[in-house]
Order: sequence, then structure tokens, then C-alpha cells
Amino acid sequence: MEQALGVHRLHFAFTISFHYIFPQLTMGLALLLVYLKTQALRTNDEHYNRATRFWARIFGINFAVGVVTGIPMEFQFGTNWAAFSRAAGGVIGQTLAMEGVFAFFLESAFLGLLLFGEKKLGRIGHWWAAFLVFLGSWLSGYFIVATNAWMQYPTGHRVDSHGQLELANFWQLILNKWVFWEYAHTMLGAVQTASFVMAAVGAFYLLTERHTSYGRTFVKSGVSVGVVAAILQLFPTGDAHGKLVADHQPVTLAAMEGLFESQRGAPLVIIGQPDVQKRRLDNPIQIPSMLSFLTYRRWNAHVRGLDAFPQDQWPDMVPLLYYSYHVMVGLGTIFIAVMALSAFHLWRGKLYESRGMLWTLMLCVPLPYIANTAGWMTAELGRQPWLIYGLMRTAHGVSPQVGAGNAWFTLIGFMGLYTVLGILWLFLVYREIEDGPEPDTLNGEPAVATAAD
Amino acid sequence: MGTLWFCLVAFMITMYVLLDGFDLGAGAIHLLVAKTDEERRQVLASVGPVWDGNEVWLIAAGGTLFFGFPALYASSFSGFYLPLMIVLWLLILRGISIEFRNHITSKVWDPFWDFLFSAASLLLAVVFGAALANVVRGVPLDAGGYFFEPLWTDFRLGEQTGILDWYTILVGVMSLLVLTMHGALWVQVRTTGAVNERSAKIASNVWWGVLILTAVITTITFKVQPQVKENFVTWPWGLVFPFLAIAGIAGVRFELVKGDERKAFFASCAYLIGMLASVVFGLYPMVLPARNPIYSLTVSSAKAGDYGLKVGIVWWTFGILLVAGYFIYIYRSLAGKVVVAKDQPHP
Repeated sequence: MEQALGVHRLHFAFTISFHYIFPQLTMGLALLLVYLKTQALRTNDEHYNRATRFWARIFGINFAVGVVTGIPMEFQFGTNWAAFSRAAGGVIGQTLAMEGVFAFFLESAFLGLLLFGEKKLGRIGHWWAAFLVFLGSWLSGYFIVATNAWMQYPTGHRVDSHGQLELANFWQLILNKWVFWEYAHTMLGAVQTASFVMAAVGAFYLLTERHTSYGRTFVKSGVSVGVVAAILQLFPTGDAHGKLVADHQPVTLAAMEGLFESQRGAPLVIIGQPDVQKRRLDNPIQIPSMLSFLTYRRWNAHVRGLDAFPQDQWPDMVPLLYYSYHVMVGLGTIFIAVMALSAFHLWRGKLYESRGMLWTLMLCVPLPYIANTAGWMTAELGRQPWLIYGLMRTAHGVSPQVGAGNAWFTLIGFMGLYTVLGILWLFLVYREIEDGPEPDTLNGEPAVATAAD
Repeated sequence: MGTLWFCLVAFMITMYVLLDGFDLGAGAIHLLVAKTDEERRQVLASVGPVWDGNEVWLIAAGGTLFFGFPALYASSFSGFYLPLMIVLWLLILRGISIEFRNHITSKVWDPFWDFLFSAASLLLAVVFGAALANVVRGVPLDAGGYFFEPLWTDFRLGEQTGILDWYTILVGVMSLLVLTMHGALWVQVRTTGAVNERSAKIASNVWWGVLILTAVITTITFKVQPQVKENFVTWPWGLVFPFLAIAGIAGVRFELVKGDERKAFFASCAYLIGMLASVVFGLYPMVLPARNPIYSLTVSSAKAGDYGLKVGIVWWTFGILLVAGYFIYIYRSLAGKVVVAKDQPHP
């Protein structure tokens, strides 16, 4: 059992981490597509329509991989976490079923029209197609985050006569107080990924001196949206989310911060390696009293460390949780710096000539992906050892009859398949970037998107 | 409340089979009906804009099953662990085959994805049939409400049976033939020229296989799952479902001879609805029969709490009306034959 539990956890961790590479770009890019379509409507400039078509093609490739890697997620609740599904399906089945009925149908129906229906729909109709795809993908995000929020902070349920959970209050589930900040924080992360991707492609065009008019549009759009998202990511959303953790999962906060001892005026750790055996932090670089201030707005506030809790309540992978959190926060800080500096150059009208800034924007492109993954790892590792916080331990949620051998078999299968998928995705997206947004550039062939219907 | 949701989940699964069924079938015959690149792009264009939306019915049905019958979702998904994972891999390969093929025009790229699309569709049709047969035959549920089936054991209908035994394999073959017919009728509706003629021929030939297997498997099923016969005796009005299936299969032949492509496809839909409804009707109130009948999961033992189910009715009804709107709009805008220009990439 012990052994199978580990494999099931790795199975979910691997498939969800790989999957989330795609929706974060989908959701963020959906917003940016609406932005570009709005510019096209406002200025009546074909330039923006071409820019939208270019990004819609990348969106389409990305969406396809997101869909096919997303189906396994819904199946895995039942296949690998049957005991959890049976106990909690009466509650989280609501949000997951609503995602299917309200979000997925909307997305899939209007994506086809966004990609192939421009001629038929006309200018306004095509804007609506972009908007409805955006709405679908953001609704989908909401239902998923609402599901996760319930697992972090269960509310609106009761225990039935068979010891299983059933829904008692629909609105408490849908409007859980945890969901607002978690959703805002998650979506801003997605917007940052898309902003950095768009700005990076623009920077690439400017640095290689191709498609330069589009390069400027992409850099400008990416930076304008990205700077807002980067700041909101930290404050108020990150800050408010952190307070929820401090109030409702204090042991998680202690582990995230690497705080082994309870103390007044607790320091904020910037760098350092937690040693769980010796219960101390090696080579710490820290800001005195800062953690107390950030958590309770008082410099000498008392913050509970890991020593305030029995060890069986601790998240079971303290070092990995600690690093995930610090990588997320560290990168988030870098994003604010990069975006603010770029925005400043943009405002001064010097960004397009500043090779240093363009190089930075181009090279930053993997970082938001890492930050988003690290953020989710913080949420999920931080919830341990609970599957549903305070209600069900992770060890009690696995499928009782699916052994380690079968779980390894399918995990290896997914690893192989996803390696191929990842390579194909990179290859196809790179091809689109190479072909560029201008029509008639692909070996003299007509523009694909307009010729489609 | 449980019975209502039982019907709604069955409705969503039926919608999935009707819709994704034709694009699976189109995939299964892809290499047979389309020889040149232009012909293959015709087949792909007939399913390209809709396969994704069709597959959403599977996800939405899965989600609704999870919500309405958590205990059924938990035990069936974990018990069918291996076949479901294989289904997932096939769905992934199939999805990217459709989406990635037309990004590049090349003598190695296109045929590779064509083959993968066809092979994955074909295998999916067989696996889905075998899965349905497993539910009908019953699974080795234990007192805790769980089971685990290996892919195969001794191919007999014993206590410790595998996913594949002679009965489930037979149903898998039938499922392949049925979806091949269904898909061929769809491709016929949407295409012109050689592809249109070849698919009409395939549908017409496969029809005989469907007819024979329907008769054979129905007879066997009465023996394998006694509940089916009992239900039809208790509630004779349920016979409308098998009659619908018979009318459907007869209609397919009739319309094929007459040459009405659309009506032939709709007759095939009627056949599928009749067959699936007969199965669902025959199993009720069981949702997952056990080899040992005392452990069978039923509507009342597997359903979620009543409050949640009542709330669900409100949003589900609203949501499904929206969905009906999208589908009517999309399929209307796609009405008619697909047109594929020569030598032009179709993204």
C-alpha cells in the first residue's frame, strides 16, 4: 500500500504538471486574443487581424494538446483515487460536471469558429467568437480552482449516514471564500505566461529583424498586459492568498517559509536550505521580522513554526514545498522587475531599440511556466498530508485495488507519450513562429487561416 | 431522483456514442475510403471541426457520472483501470492525428498521421464495445464495492474474469462494425465523388455483419445477464427500445437502397439509440452488475445525496439547453458537403 501510494501521487503529479503547461497559455492567450481583436475593431487596421490569426494558430495547437492531456485528469480521479472520489464525489462532482457542461462545450464550439469562421462571421461576430472562447476557458479555470479550493478549505458539505460527504450548500461550494483569491492568483499567473510568450516572440522578431511591425505589436501588448498582471500577482492576490494560508493552514505556512521554531519577529527567508532532521535552516539569508509583518502587519507578531505542530500534521515533503514556494515568489519578483523596466522603456519609446531589454524578454519565456508549476506545487504539497484538508488524508484516498505495478505501467506509458507530445508541440509552435504572421510568406502558399473556409 | 439522473447520464452517454461514434467510424474507414491526399482531407474535413466538441460529451458524461453516482464512478473507473488508460492513450493519439496532420504537407508526415488516426479510431471502437460488454456481463465486485480486472485471464465467463473474454471480444467486434457503418454513413453524407461511393459501399456491406451480430449477441446476452429478460417481462413497454433498434437497422437498408444519405444516417442513429436504451433498460436498477449478484451496485446504492442532485437538475437543464443551442448552430453551419481545395493546406 505504501508503495502504491507513492506511485499514484507521482502519477497525478506528473500528468497534471505536464497538462498545466498548456491551459496556462490557453487561458492567458484567450485574454490577449480578445485584446488584439478589440484593437482590430477599434482601429479598423488589418494588421491586428493578422496578428490575431497568427496567435490563434498557436492557440489552436496549444489548445489541442491541452484537450488531449486534460481528458486523463478527469479520468484519474476515478482510476487512481477511487476512495477519494467515492467519499467526495457528491461535492466536487458538482464543480467538475459543471465544468464539462458550461465551459468545455462553449470552448470547443467557438474555437472552431474563431479558427475557421472569420469570413463567415464578420468583424463583430469574430470578436464574439474570441470572447466566448475566452469566457469558456476562464469558466473552466473557475470550476477547477473551485474544486481545488474546496479541497484546501472544505465548506458547504456534511457527512451522510454512510460516512461519505454530500453537498449541503451549493453556494458555499461555488463561492467558497478560498476560491476568489486562488482563482485571481491562478488566472494572473496564466496571463503572465501568455504575456511573456507574446513579448518573447515579439522580441525574437525584433532581434532577428523579421516581421518587425508585428514584433512591436507583440512586445507592446505583452508588456502592457504583463506589467499589470505581474504587480497584481503579488499584491493583492498573492498577499491575500498567503493570509488565507496563515489563518487556515498555519502548519503549511511554517513549512513554506522554512520556519522551524515559533517566534516573535519571525524573519523572512530569502535563501537557505532546510534540514528537516536537525530542524534548522542552513546558510540562511533573511530579512529580520519581515515574516511577522507580512503575515500579521506587526513587526513583533508571534508566528507559529513547525515546532508548534505534531510532526504527523506536517506536510510530508517540507524541503520540496519550501523550494516550490521560494521559486514561485523569487520568479514573481523577477517578473515585476522585468515587466516594470520594459514598461518604462516602452513609455519612453525606447523599448524596441533596447537590445538588452529585448534579449531579457526573449530569454524569460520559460520562467513563467516554472513559476506557475511551482505555485501549484506549493498549493498541493502544502495541503499534505491531507487530500481534503482536515477531512481525509492522502493515504486514505487511493484506489484500494490498483497496485503499484499497474500504476507504474501507466505512468511509464504517459511519460513516453508526453515526451513525444512535448516535442511535437515545440516543433509545430516553432514552425508557426518561423512562418510569421504575414500572409504569403509560406513558400508562396496562400495564408492558411483565410483560405480555410 | 436517482432514476432521473440515471436517465440523464444514459442520455449523455448515448449522445457521446451518436456523435463521437461517427467520427470514430470515419477514422476506422479512413484508409479504406480515401486513397489520395485530397480524399483523405475530405474525410478529415468531415470530422475535423466537430470531433473535439463530440468528445466533450464523453468528458461531460464522465463528470456527470462522477457527480450523480460517485460510488459507481469510483469502482468502475478503478476497476477498469487498464482499459481506461488505454482508451486515454488512444484518444490522445487520435486527437493529435487530426489536429497535427494538416500543419505540414509531406510524404512521410501525412500518411503517418492518417495511419495513426485510423488505427486509434479502430481500436477505440473495439475497446468501447468491450467495456460496455463488461458492464452488461457484470464485474467481480467485492463486499467493499471495488474490483480490479486484468486485461484478460482465461477468456471465460468465470468468477475472476478479465476485461477480454469471448463475450466481450464479440461485442467489441460488433461495436467496430456498428460504428464503421455509422461513420461510413456520416462520411457519405458529407463527401462527394469516390469517397462518397466507397463509404456507401462499406456501409452497405457492413450492414449484414451488424444485422447478424445484433441477432447473435442479443440472444447470448439474455443468457449472460438474466436481469435483461426479467426487466422486459416485468415492464413490457420497454420493448419499444428493441423495436426502435429494429426499425433503425431496417431503415438504414431501406434508405441506402433508396439513396437518401441523410435519412440513412439518421436511421443508424435510431438503431444506436434503440440498442443503448435497451441495454440501459435491461440493467436497471443495477448500474454495475456484479458476478456475485449480492454485490451489484444499484441506482440507490451508488447515487449522491439528494440535495446535490436537486441542485444539479437546475444547472444541468440550463446548461444542456445552451449546449443544444451550440450544437444546432455548429451543425447547421456545417450542413452540406465538404469542399477541399486541391493542394492547399487546411489548418
